[in-house]
Amino acid sequence: MAEAVARFVPDGATVAMGTALEPAIPFAAGHELIRQGRRDLTLVGPISDSLFDQLVGAGCVARICAAWVGNVSEGLGHCYRRATERDEPRPIEVRDHSNFSISLALWAAAWGSPYLPTRTLLGSDIVTTNPDLVLADGAVLVRPVAPDVTILHVQRADAGGHAHAWGPLGISEEAGLAARRVILSDPNRVLLPESKVAAVVHEPGGAHPAPLQGHWRRDHAFHRAYAERSRTAEGYRAWLDEWVLSVPDRAAYLARLDLEPLRVRRRLPSVPVDYGDE
Amino acid sequence: MSEAAYTAQELMVAVAAREIRDGELVFAGMRLPVLAYGVARSTHAPGARALYELGLLRDQPPAGFLGTMGDPPNVAGALWATRLSNVMALMAQGEVDLGFIGGAEVDRFGNLNTSYVGDPRRPRTKLPGSGGGADIAILSRRWVTLMAHEPRRLVERVSYVTSPGHGDGEGWRQRHGLLGGGPAAIVTTLAVLRFPAGGGEAFLATVHPGHTVEEVRAATGWDLRVAPDVAETPAPTAEELAHIRRLDPDGFWTRRG
Repeated sequence: MAEAVARFVPDGATVAMGTALEPAIPFAAGHELIRQGRRDLTLVGPISDSLFDQLVGAGCVARICAAWVGNVSEGLGHCYRRATERDEPRPIEVRDHSNFSISLALWAAAWGSPYLPTRTLLGSDIVTTNPDLVLADGAVLVRPVAPDVTILHVQRADAGGHAHAWGPLGISEEAGLAARRVILSDPNRVLLPESKVAAVVHEPGGAHPAPLQGHWRRDHAFHRAYAERSRTAEGYRAWLDEWVLSVPDRAAYLARLDLEPLRVRRRLPSVPVDYGDE
Repeated sequence: MSEAAYTAQELMVAVAAREIRDGELVFAGMRLPVLAYGVARSTHAPGARALYELGLLRDQPPAGFLGTMGDPPNVAGALWATRLSNVMALMAQGEVDLGFIGGAEVDRFGNLNTSYVGDPRRPRTKLPGSGGGADIAILSRRWVTLMAHEPRRLVERVSYVTSPGHGDGEGWRQRHGLLGGGPAAIVTTLAVLRFPAGGGEAFLATVHPGHTVEEVRAATGWDLRVAPDVAETPAPTAEELAHIRRLDPDGFWTRRG
């Protein structure tokens, strides 16, 4: 993971993460960005749960291009508030979207379209405050958003970059197609062509505290603890030291946790499909 | 059992569940509405189906507790696991009968602000943003919002419209090309506010047990109109409470401080 992040996510990059909404969020990749001290990132996503809040608090982010930044089960994003209300630890630019419009912005980039027209966001002030949205002819024109890199956490992948992801996909496909590069962090239904995949990282448990279908439940208590500790800048720094800066990698992070209660035990395999051809 | 044998949140879930009619396609959203779909589906609306914006369609309540719509019990047994844009496509076609949106601030015309309190360039409070809220507000056939009833939340005019309701009054949505019918109800910790057919200004429809019209008006940031036939909100039934407590066994959503 450290190598993939170092090679493919430079300072100033536009990075899409958390594209399946609440599940399969690549927290391990986000924490590696923080450890490597990445700066001036533009973060692209629908909701990201608390990952974007953590990156904003660590000072990695110059711009947010997302529908929602907070903590899904707990509410407000406290680092996001400090950055937007008080420029702490640094000022950030916010380009608000809705979940539908950020999906359309990525599809526009994926299809090479100058914009996609939609009726969503008609009458919303989001159109007046985000320069990537233009009101014209009774529609909202959504300009493309093209990530430099999209980071996806999937259930399995091969070394060639063929990934299988199952469960709801959110905006993962358009984020992957729109991106110049894709990093897949492991724990088929091939999600994207291998030509899009720059790196495959085997990172079991890399989505914790987000859920991953067939493997892990969501760690609600961990999200709650983060929300409580990040209420103050000092509390956030202590949390960051404990869970990101003082651990060298994901394996060390996981070693500090008892994940067994979160392990999915009930197996519900799907019926195999048959590609027989003669 | 004491007089308050249920919490304000449990009553809000029961009220929200009753908004769901049998056979409807519901955009279930987050938090209390997720429970409301489970209650409706288990009681009066066995034919109701639920869409979740991350890319799910269900026709039955989840088998286990949900902290978010993306928790594994909501995916297991789904009719359809797909992408967000497919779910939004159904809503853009007018297929979604009822949506739920969580609100931070709402005004007399049902416009919601979940983005900025104060100047967007230097907000007093930065709220998380739209999520799918603006999409539901514009594209679903009708929608309901749930929130705590406080003067700072129910305001004369929101400073930023994240999710448009009835704009500046009757006819505004049609003039601006919005597809759906807009907000049908605001369900609060004290009362249920509704809107006239065709849109316009919210009025007090029912007051929750233990509260008064005067108390509700005092907790509202504008001069709230009162329906001539204002009534008491029916309390949750034993059956509704049993389903709520089955879906939220630890009170994660319905018994918070």
